[in-house]
Amino acid sequence: MKVLLSWLQEFAPFPGDDPVALGDVMSDLGMAVESIERIGEGLDGIVTVKVLELRTHPDADKIQLVDVDLGDGEALQICCGATNLTVGDVVPLATLGTTMPDGMEIARRKMRGEWSNGMLCSGRELALGEDHSGIYILDPSLALGLPIVEALGITPDVLFDLEINPNRPDAMSVAGVARDLAARLGLPFAIPAPNVDELAGDASSITSVDIIDPDLCGLFHIRVIDGIKIEPSPRWIADRLSALGMRPINNVVDASNYVMLELGQPNHTYDLAKMPGGALRVRWARDGETITTLDGVERNLTGGRDGVIVDASDSAIGIAGVMGGASTEISETTTTVLLECAWWQPMAIARSSKFMGLRSEASARFERGVDPAIVDLAARRLAELLAPSGARLVEGSVTVNGELAPTPAVRVRTSRVNQLLGTDISTEQIISLLTPLGFVCELGGEDDVLSVTVPTFRPDTTNETDVIEEIARHYGYSKIVGRAPTSAHTGSLTPIQRDRRSIRQILVGLGIHEAMPLPFLAPGDLARCGLPPEAVTVTNPLAAEESILRTSLRPGLLRAIAYNESHRTDGVSLFELGKVFALPPSGETLPDEREHLAVALAGRDATAAANVWALLARTLGLNDVVIDQSAPPAGLHPGRSGVLRRGGAQLGEIGEIDPGVLDALGLHERVAWLQLDIGVALAAPHGEHRYHHISRYPSSDLDLAFEVDNAVPAASIEAAVRSAAGPLLVTVSLFDVFRGNPVPDGRRSLAYRLRLQAPDRTLTDEDIGGVQRSVVKALDALGATLRG
Amino acid sequence: MIDDITRIAAAAPALIAGANSVDELRAVEADLLGKKGELTLLKKGMGGLDPEGRKVAGSALNDARDSIEAVLAVRRSDLESAERASMVATEQLDLTELLGTPERGSLHLVTQTWDRLVDVFIGMGFTVAEGPEVETDWYNFEALNIPAAHPARGMWDTLYVDLGDPETVLLRTHTSPVQIRVMTDGEPPIYAVMPGRVYRRDTADASHMPVFHQIEGLVVDRNISFADLAGTLEAFTSAYFGGSIHSRLRPSYFPFTEPSAEYDINCVFCEGNGCRTCGQTGWLELGGCGMVHPTVLSNVGLDPEEWSGFAFGFGLDRLALMRHGVDDIREMYTGDVRFLEQFPS
Repeated sequence: MKVLLSWLQEFAPFPGDDPVALGDVMSDLGMAVESIERIGEGLDGIVTVKVLELRTHPDADKIQLVDVDLGDGEALQICCGATNLTVGDVVPLATLGTTMPDGMEIARRKMRGEWSNGMLCSGRELALGEDHSGIYILDPSLALGLPIVEALGITPDVLFDLEINPNRPDAMSVAGVARDLAARLGLPFAIPAPNVDELAGDASSITSVDIIDPDLCGLFHIRVIDGIKIEPSPRWIADRLSALGMRPINNVVDASNYVMLELGQPNHTYDLAKMPGGALRVRWARDGETITTLDGVERNLTGGRDGVIVDASDSAIGIAGVMGGASTEISETTTTVLLECAWWQPMAIARSSKFMGLRSEASARFERGVDPAIVDLAARRLAELLAPSGARLVEGSVTVNGELAPTPAVRVRTSRVNQLLGTDISTEQIISLLTPLGFVCELGGEDDVLSVTVPTFRPDTTNETDVIEEIARHYGYSKIVGRAPTSAHTGSLTPIQRDRRSIRQILVGLGIHEAMPLPFLAPGDLARCGLPPEAVTVTNPLAAEESILRTSLRPGLLRAIAYNESHRTDGVSLFELGKVFALPPSGETLPDEREHLAVALAGRDATAAANVWALLARTLGLNDVVIDQSAPPAGLHPGRSGVLRRGGAQLGEIGEIDPGVLDALGLHERVAWLQLDIGVALAAPHGEHRYHHISRYPSSDLDLAFEVDNAVPAASIEAAVRSAAGPLLVTVSLFDVFRGNPVPDGRRSLAYRLRLQAPDRTLTDEDIGGVQRSVVKALDALGATLRG
Repeated sequence: MIDDITRIAAAAPALIAGANSVDELRAVEADLLGKKGELTLLKKGMGGLDPEGRKVAGSALNDARDSIEAVLAVRRSDLESAERASMVATEQLDLTELLGTPERGSLHLVTQTWDRLVDVFIGMGFTVAEGPEVETDWYNFEALNIPAAHPARGMWDTLYVDLGDPETVLLRTHTSPVQIRVMTDGEPPIYAVMPGRVYRRDTADASHMPVFHQIEGLVVDRNISFADLAGTLEAFTSAYFGGSIHSRLRPSYFPFTEPSAEYDINCVFCEGNGCRTCGQTGWLELGGCGMVHPTVLSNVGLDPEEWSGFAFGFGLDRLALMRHGVDDIREMYTGDVRFLEQFPS
């Protein structure tokens, strides 16, 4: 919502000396000032000139040479890119040395070899509107050499651009902004009564209204204006509309818009001549009904969703609260208009305008709720604006009521106000804050309880909390002194939140970077990664690439690796902790949403992933999770991958990306891969690192190499070693793997170092020999033979 | 025998001095004092002496041994020092001549910011709550006092998913549904922050992503007031941004809070003096806040007369970008290591 200082000043005596300070007050009231523009400033040095001659530039098609006269009869050459000039036009010239409103300085310049001694200006260059289609053509009778401010009769003004919140329908008008501002500043506020001279007659004999669906329309007020003569609006009206962002059309349309901007009452004018009988009816639209709106578009209406105004023949002549129809549009020949000022059900207008994709200044106001009490004021104000052209209101009006909720009286407790705000405001203070806003406060029977009648222009305010917000707003948020809640409460991370931090620290320490690819996938992404295509789809994606919710972190991380490879960064190590979404289990509405960890190591083989996992498992204390390579997961290298399993539950997958997937994604390096459902993995008890007594007696190492079938996992060998070695075993580690002569094909040598130690004595040769014998015996059962 | 002892003792210093390395010295020591050394052999010959002679000879032997050992110790120490010195002289390393420095990874900027924010709030006594990213209309809108067709729904461009009835299951547009879950699943007093990923139907550009992050706070307790909200945000502001940065609240509108406010902080770039980033205002808009709307409390079964609360929320990505001077939010989400590695901590 834009407002002009001069317009605001018609309602209250606002000081004009410090617009910035005034803007700060508006912001503090919740009408945030997005910009302040000073109109008529920065136009020094721009004067009227007459076009004497137009010549083509010898060396440029798009530039004309214009000779202009500043009033001294001398021809001054200007280079100009616009083509809307004719000889004799009076136009604005920025003379040499002028600083334009946008900060540009005008200097004598040569353009393609021809001198330009200034710049002819468009409306936008003068900051007088948005028009940049050509040079701003002035009244040809103007004196030459006149400062533009004088020539246009521009009075300096200030334009505030305000951001109005949805709960402030009252602030969608100049008068409403003025009321709020005046209340805060303690200035008297009044809407001047329109001065209209009515024409004898009876509107009710000319027009009639029937509200068929009272749940659509709360109030329909109609007046007749006769003696219409379509002509341009007076300059001051056109200028104000332009400043607030509306294009001046003609006196009737402009007056209609002016009243909407000033008082917040959208209204509509019908050409009576185009409405035989002058009868209007209001009802919900029917399916299949169509209307051509003022913008020339034929629109299909939806039954029960859109409201229509229909004429005597039941054809739609307007979409309720959104836009009028073309069939009754004001034209050059219009002499009598029906003026509609109505109140529409806000939700109906919101729905209609949203689903039709048609938003107008009118619908924006109706959907927030306009003031049903000002229809008469608005109509008379419009007539007042049109009076200079000879138009006059016909006596009488037709007003029909539909369903209109009564304005509520709200019980407001001073104690509640202070409890909710943390303030110490007295009842008297509350009354003095609310009264200037139009709220009527009455002391009821109870102490410090007010009965507050809400003004009709504040439909957003219906309960005590709403009123408390108004009190807070006008008391001033900045005057509410901050304090901290006093009750005892402690903060901490949950176990899984702590585990996540550990996981991230471990991975970062291993040189792995955390990435956050978007959770959206394109159709085919899952299949390309060797994953099943079933997934939750997005109903209204902006692009097909964002139409599927990921079921795995695999596609996103592999794409990130491909991105790095394509920018000549190989060997990238990435991890991600994020949500994946599977289709809901039957009977559920929400997807099966899980938190996964994934690690992708480019240029590394599966053992790199296994090492990362070993470190994670040890740190997190996930001792009971095993790698099961018997059924490699889809999309992973069949010989180098497995699932992570705890008992029967699958917790993740580990190994290497399948070479086929790498090819499909255009990756040229191997990628080691680890994925873990951390929600499941970390849900069971884990990470209870119990203290083991450290013996003070010397330890002994026992190195044993075994020849084992490739099919027997090293993990089984190690587990057997652990179990067979008994209580003397402190650590066991695989320190050498060897394949080849003399080890037969299909087998390999695994060499383990066992560190043995007793808690209470020095080990004897007999102790160590005993461990060796039982380990060798246990491994024999696995087909592992001790090498000599 | 005494003579032999005396002779050996007298000759020893020269022999010891003649050893030019620790190894040579070890050989000299073996000759003198070892199992087959001269003194050891003499000692073995003492068995033939009378007790008095044995006593005298034993004493002489011990004296000789002590004096030889003392000389040996000095020489050994000298030789060891010399050998260390010559070894050190050949062992120079250029510490800037590095091959294969181990790499450390990096936490994502969003994670770094997330942790930093969470740590401040934990210090202020808040727990950290989370919730699903795909939500029902009830949690994301209805329960938050945003009924269907409410004009305020236009404040969020929502992405829906093809589950349930049309437009009933969605990608959460804010972290506020977690507030509803926290209040539904738990009991007041509630002091919780809710960081999380949120979704909007937005085309990516330098300052927007369809996926980004927010953190919200929720307090529900007895006698919680707007003053508590202002005080809490002020405490957070100076804890997170530094003591010279302050907060202010301006009236605003959100369906789920009333009174509602915009939460601004002093511009962290100019400390409130006015600069390009803050549009010369000296303030940065950080987020929204307000007193939890009575309808929201009722929706989760809390009596608004007994309990009151406040909520606040703001974007997390922008804080990450601001801290490091990143001018395009999209950079954070490509996974480009050349970006990620710039922020090791």
